[in-house]
Amino acid sequence: MSKRTVQFKIYRYDPDKDEKPYMQDISVELEASDKKLLDALVRLKTKDDSLSFRRSCREGVCGSDAMNINGKNGLACLTDIDGLPQPVVLRPLPGLPVIRDLIVDMTQFFKQYHSIKPYLVNNDPAPERERLQSPDDREELNGLYECILCACCSTSCPSFWWNPDKFVGPAGLLAAYRFIADTRDQATNERLDNLEDPYRLFRCHTIMNCVDVCPKGLNPTRAIGKIKEQMVRRAV
Amino acid sequence: MVNRIVVGAHYGLKDWIAQRATAVYMAIYTLIFAACALSLPEFSHEAWSALFANGVFKFLTFLFFLALFFHAWIGVRDIWMDYVKPVGLRLALHVVTIFLLVGYAGWAAQILWRL
Repeated sequence: MSKRTVQFKIYRYDPDKDEKPYMQDISVELEASDKKLLDALVRLKTKDDSLSFRRSCREGVCGSDAMNINGKNGLACLTDIDGLPQPVVLRPLPGLPVIRDLIVDMTQFFKQYHSIKPYLVNNDPAPERERLQSPDDREELNGLYECILCACCSTSCPSFWWNPDKFVGPAGLLAAYRFIADTRDQATNERLDNLEDPYRLFRCHTIMNCVDVCPKGLNPTRAIGKIKEQMVRRAV
Repeated sequence: MVNRIVVGAHYGLKDWIAQRATAVYMAIYTLIFAACALSLPEFSHEAWSALFANGVFKFLTFLFFLALFFHAWIGVRDIWMDYVKPVGLRLALHVVTIFLLVGYAGWAAQILWRL
């Protein structure tokens, strides 16, 4: 396979050196083995080692290399480099403070995630082996537990941009429903109480950017709808 | 006062349901209104007045306006909540919005019962 050159336009910002962020035009020659955007970025780093981005598993499991690719959030490791219109415009995830280049400060995102108590609450003594579920009950958790917390969804959500300190965001709400839907969890009422708030849950205006960008194909909007359904069931 | 982020107002569900219920009512009313308006014998002030002289139609129309203003309250409040950060200003805007919408409701009633 012949060598390919890819043009990039990359958001650069080093707070120690740069007064303000700028877009850098740069190109890189790819090897035949470079299939994904992440491969190209790693190749690019051999050319300019000051370029900073997060990556780890390089197979869409760790959620580290989420970034804004040609205007849409996604994982660099799951994005084919060949299909991308050039120049490939790369920016950090929108709405979060930039630490450097494509690396953002995810503190606010994880604060919201932790606020929904993302763990099973069950006060019964632990059984000898495991807490069992019927296949149907287990089925309900499909499409919820797979979230890798890459923050593509929350940082594409306008409601999260305006109120990141108060709105839980699609990722957090998906995780919230994962535990509300879990038959082994005993804190359903407390979880619903925790979310019954005009900001925490009801800032979602069903814009559905979250569904559009999720690299794992999950549907936070449906989960948010199901949380509301549970609240209606409880109240009516 | 220490500037802490405090959440947990424990309301929102009723507003969310009300917004949907009022939307459904407005959609149904629009169909009824269109059917009634199109079946008028002629497009004149007399025919129009006769339509609104009907007590049931007057009631449905007034209900439509109440639904519209309540729907608008939740929608406009959401805009203030999304975009207006200073709490004092947001509260003031909430109050002004409520006053205006209640005023509009009274005005709508006055117009309806004058037709």
